[in-house]
Amino acid sequence: MPADAVIGNAAVEALKNLDPHPGVAKPDPVLVADGVVRQFGGLRAVDVSHLEVQRGAITALIGPNGAGKSTFFNVISGFDTANEGTWSYNNQTITNTAPNKLARRGLVRTFQLTKSLSRLTVLQNMLLGAKGQTGENLFSAIFKFSWSAQEQANTKRAMELLGRFNLAQKSADFAGSLSGGQRKLLEMARALMLNPDLVMLDEPMAGVNPALKQSLLDHIRDIREEGTTVMFVEHDMDMVRDVSDWVVVMAQGAIISEGTPASVMRDQRVIDAYLGAHHDDALTDSGQSLTTAEETDA
Amino acid sequence: MDFGFILSQSLTQAIGVTAIIYCLAAIGLNIQFGYGGLLNFGQVAFVAVGAYAVGVVVVEVGLSLWLAILIAILAATVLALLLGVPTLRLRADYLAIVTIAASEILRFLAKSFDFLGGSQGITGSIGGDFSDLNPLPDWERFELGPISFTRVDMWLVLAGWLVIAILTVLTFLLMRSPWGRVVKGVREDEDAVRSLGKNTYLFKLQILIIGGVFGSFAGMYSAIAKGAVQPDGFVPDFTFFLYVMLILGGTARVMGPLLGAAIFWFLLVFVEQFLKEGVSSGVITFISTTQIGPVRFILVGVGLMALIVFRPEGILGDRKELMLDAR
Repeated sequence: MPADAVIGNAAVEALKNLDPHPGVAKPDPVLVADGVVRQFGGLRAVDVSHLEVQRGAITALIGPNGAGKSTFFNVISGFDTANEGTWSYNNQTITNTAPNKLARRGLVRTFQLTKSLSRLTVLQNMLLGAKGQTGENLFSAIFKFSWSAQEQANTKRAMELLGRFNLAQKSADFAGSLSGGQRKLLEMARALMLNPDLVMLDEPMAGVNPALKQSLLDHIRDIREEGTTVMFVEHDMDMVRDVSDWVVVMAQGAIISEGTPASVMRDQRVIDAYLGAHHDDALTDSGQSLTTAEETDA
Repeated sequence: MDFGFILSQSLTQAIGVTAIIYCLAAIGLNIQFGYGGLLNFGQVAFVAVGAYAVGVVVVEVGLSLWLAILIAILAATVLALLLGVPTLRLRADYLAIVTIAASEILRFLAKSFDFLGGSQGITGSIGGDFSDLNPLPDWERFELGPISFTRVDMWLVLAGWLVIAILTVLTFLLMRSPWGRVVKGVREDEDAVRSLGKNTYLFKLQILIIGGVFGSFAGMYSAIAKGAVQPDGFVPDFTFFLYVMLILGGTARVMGPLLGAAIFWFLLVFVEQFLKEGVSSGVITFISTTQIGPVRFILVGVGLMALIVFRPEGILGDRKELMLDAR
């Protein structure tokens, strides 16, 4: 799709001319978050004063363990509730909106620990992603003729997507029989069944072997080429450097740096907080204190 | 020992009124627990509501049975909403606690209200309208191979299995649909299904209502068949027998509850009759007649433990599916 590709490139180009500092305004933001705070007891796990995510680009969210990246993802996607703050998607406020509503509006996420539905087949997993199914209404469900045409169309699309992710030959297997890496692929393919505007991938590369990583990177680029915005949390710095157009760095709940991959990796604050091995010990301690706070809270 | 007699007694129970009552309730539980993963430990509450609704409406109020059935369905729906609306947003274990407590509360309430018959329950011609429909010829007994029924019982058994057939077909139709797919997805991982844009709360409420209404059919059927509603028939054991039948037949299998209920009652009666015959003919000397009741449960319990060890997926289940890494 050349037209979409142009949009994607323009969005990426626009980012290169920005002055990289935390909270910088983007030319065409799909997601805007303001003053988002999530507290666990006395600890501010997330404290993001301002963040904009550029439409059509690939944005990476990095930071040490316990920096609040996954919690931020959970809050934005409706799986956790913020204590303070507002955030909007496509210029509409979505503060503390239920995840199923967000998914229907095109904001779809995956999980750090894959949530493939083990005792459903790979194809059934995919079909669950299709939107607006008549057969999901209790009364239409009984009458197959009312949903079989739609089901066939959805199956066709699901098989195409599975083909792209090299899972087509697995379509009749239980999802529980897939390997960890294949589950990551399935979860990504399933998210695409919803035709999302914005996909939020939580550690898509964790536990994936090197060969599969390369194809996952290609899939993420493909998603962008189709005009979908991608935001992902990742620890694999090679991947971040390779695929992302923009990098956001979090530490202790706050955003400490933003910029293109090259500029972020030169940023002294990022080197101190995350990249530099010398500082790992102190950061690990803060990560542990988060866990302790969560436990006390629960 | 008269093995012909033992066998015919056991077969009669396997397809008889009691097995039908449990089977109807188990079909509902299969939808809730087997397909949807809802831990309903109080299915007997729905059975009781069905039984009491027809009992009160027909005997105390004096309306027709058909109207009473409609009212019973409504009552079961209301109970499902009462139990589900506050608890289905919480974790699965909360529903288990609430349902088992609710079933006991309902039983004690029924025992303490006079218009519900107190601890005596309700007795009367609840199934009058039903018996009037009996289309069978006026024979003394209806012989089916080794077993036979009276005209009244034959009609009850036929109608019971007809209702079971209807509910089973309905279960099949629902579970092959995209609706059933979402329900099974909720069982596997609710958050994943929510992230795919489904309102899982509504789906859980729907299966609680459907399973509950199916369960109320068991109560209505038992009230009609026995012409009485006894509060102490609705103890928590009833629900746990249902779980045993489901696991025996195979959970999340359309035919699981049918097979489970029939085999469970066959085994229970077979062991009982075998012990009775054995004791009275002097072959079995180590137990007395009064011990037969408890001993049959011990033996059937041991058998079920063996089933869980050697065939945990039940008769119709798929071992490969059960053993999947569910994480």
